[in-house]
Amino acid sequence: MNATTLKDWPLWEVFVRSKQGIEHKHCGSLHAADAAQALHMARDVYTRRQEGVSIWVVPSAKITASNPDDKGELFDPASDKIYRHPSFYEIPDEVGHM
Amino acid sequence: MKANAAYLLHLADNAVVLGQRNSEWCGHGPILEEDIALANMSLDMIGQARLLYQLAATRIGGDASEDRLAYFRDASEYRNYTLLELPHNGPLVGYAVADRDYATTTVRNFLYGALMVLLWDGLQKSADEDLAAIAAKSLKEASYHLHHSRDWLIRFGDGTEESHARAQAAVDHLFAYSEEFWSDSVAESAAVDAGVGVDLRELRSAWDALVDETLTEAKLARPEVKGYLPSGKNGAHSEHLSYLLGEMQVLARAHPGGTW
Amino acid sequence: MYTQSMDIPDAAEKGPPESASAASELANAFEARIDADGRIEPQDWMPDNYRQTLVRQISQHAHSEIVGMLPEGNWISRAPSLKRKAILIAKVQDEAGHGLYLYSAAETLGTSREQMLEGLHSGRAKYSSIFNYPTLTWADVGVIGWLVDGAAIMNQVPLCRCSYGPYARAMVRVCKEESFHQRQGYEALLVMMKGTDEQRAMVQDATNRYWWKCLAMFGPPAADSPHSALAMRWGIKRISNDELRQKFVDATVPQAKVLGVTLPDPDLKWNEARQHYDYGEIDWQEFWTTVAGNGPCNKERLATRVKAHSDGQWVRDAAMAYARKYRERTITEAV
Repeated sequence: MNATTLKDWPLWEVFVRSKQGIEHKHCGSLHAADAAQALHMARDVYTRRQEGVSIWVVPSAKITASNPDDKGELFDPASDKIYRHPSFYEIPDEVGHM
Repeated sequence: MKANAAYLLHLADNAVVLGQRNSEWCGHGPILEEDIALANMSLDMIGQARLLYQLAATRIGGDASEDRLAYFRDASEYRNYTLLELPHNGPLVGYAVADRDYATTTVRNFLYGALMVLLWDGLQKSADEDLAAIAAKSLKEASYHLHHSRDWLIRFGDGTEESHARAQAAVDHLFAYSEEFWSDSVAESAAVDAGVGVDLRELRSAWDALVDETLTEAKLARPEVKGYLPSGKNGAHSEHLSYLLGEMQVLARAHPGGTW
Repeated sequence: MYTQSMDIPDAAEKGPPESASAASELANAFEARIDADGRIEPQDWMPDNYRQTLVRQISQHAHSEIVGMLPEGNWISRAPSLKRKAILIAKVQDEAGHGLYLYSAAETLGTSREQMLEGLHSGRAKYSSIFNYPTLTWADVGVIGWLVDGAAIMNQVPLCRCSYGPYARAMVRVCKEESFHQRQGYEALLVMMKGTDEQRAMVQDATNRYWWKCLAMFGPPAADSPHSALAMRWGIKRISNDELRQKFVDATVPQAKVLGVTLPDPDLKWNEARQHYDYGEIDWQEFWTTVAGNGPCNKERLATRVKAHSDGQWVRDAAMAYARKYRERTITEAV
């Protein structure tokens, strides 16, 4: 069984919901043999101080990330669309909160 | 209704002895993630022991306290199951103890965990409200411990040839000690008669079913048990408890007037 | 949590940084972001030397956490009360967690935990030399919390602003958990000082043995520290060794006074002109001897880590073999 070393324990990304009503947030990663084990280990590693009420684990290898080289074309075009933000529009004070 | 102190001490001694044993792994676990998991379980056990000793101390009165009870009673006064005091390896005498074996650790945690899930569940309905409250808290912890050890036991039994052999050896070594669960003790009988304890014999078929189902899934054989019946809960321990307590109590006893 | 040795080169490490590619556009963009105090993320381009320096620093840091479990773990079984036992288990467990966070951060740089452990186990990678000293009494546990963790905190807090995102984020998590370590150590000592004469003597003895080693933990003065300049430039290190050491001394002297122990340095005194405490000469010879592997516990610490890892091999193998057999059956992701 020499072929199965720690290298083969895949890496998992851990997402924790800190309380009901809040989204799951990435909090770190860990190694585990499979999903069930990853979930348990995430509980022991990342919620020792009551940090969570729900956990997601995702194989790190399954995450598709955008390429940093594409940052310009992906994200810069949004920068001049200031009309998407509510503060772009001036409303008379007497209207109150809108 | 109040449980007798001897019954509380039996439960507390179980928790402290296994917590002490499992914490021996801290810093030496098979992988970081598991090191952390096992430390969590040790913390649960120490926490249970503290609550139970504190409760026992109020029942005993005088200068009894959590730490007096844990640190200043000798092996012959301890009332834990013999199973829990054994070192993390096969059948060796105390001064020949070898490397820690994680299969032994896992099988012990499983056999005891399977019992405690049932016992804490029953004790939630104890006529002793203080004990029932401790049971409710401990049940959640025990459920996780059982889940954890069961998961590993199945992985060992159905993992590699080596892990299977180690798991079977640990089952063969430890199973006989589980017989003590079903034997008599004065403290338990008194607690059952008073309506504050649980008659373990009524839990046996549920325990058997849980254990058999797990061993089957793990492809492990349940050994036949015969002969010697351990009786740590009546104060007749293995050679190992004195070593365990000798280490645990050394500092507290060296400074009996110390404050920590 | 403990960070001194990050300034110590690993044994097998090769020479000076490459600089030829600095002209490239990528390098310029990288430098510009560093200059603007921006953050670098795993997929961003980075110079090889930045990557190597980070892997070395973060893995040394992680190794220090893991090896650091041993001297304190030494007292778990003999903790003098159940409360102290629980506190100590939780603390040593936190160190395992910190090691894990840090290994994870380093893994984002393309080096696996297995590779890093191989570096530790072969003796190539370094870890904080403070853990190569023995914990001889229970007071050592308190003093490690007070002084060693105290020294480490000086180092850690600035790392929360480190230029490498995953490291900075790991450090935020570490620091959050860490704040209890120093306090619990100091509080344990305070309680002992209110106890018996023997207990007070124990605290003083542990302070005497650890004080100078803690000062050395910050690493040699910048001039002697082979990696400091570049690490500062890159925002991997924010404050110099000497500056941190001074900060530590200044913070610790009043704490010692409240505790009622003396610090074993006849030259330790307030300097009105500098508005800092002056302190005596550190024995760097002893520091380097220990870093080189010849301290009192180096061999035991390392051999113990190697043994835990190799004894755990069959456990890890079993889990993996089982997972492989039942891969199709174990789709139990929580949603």
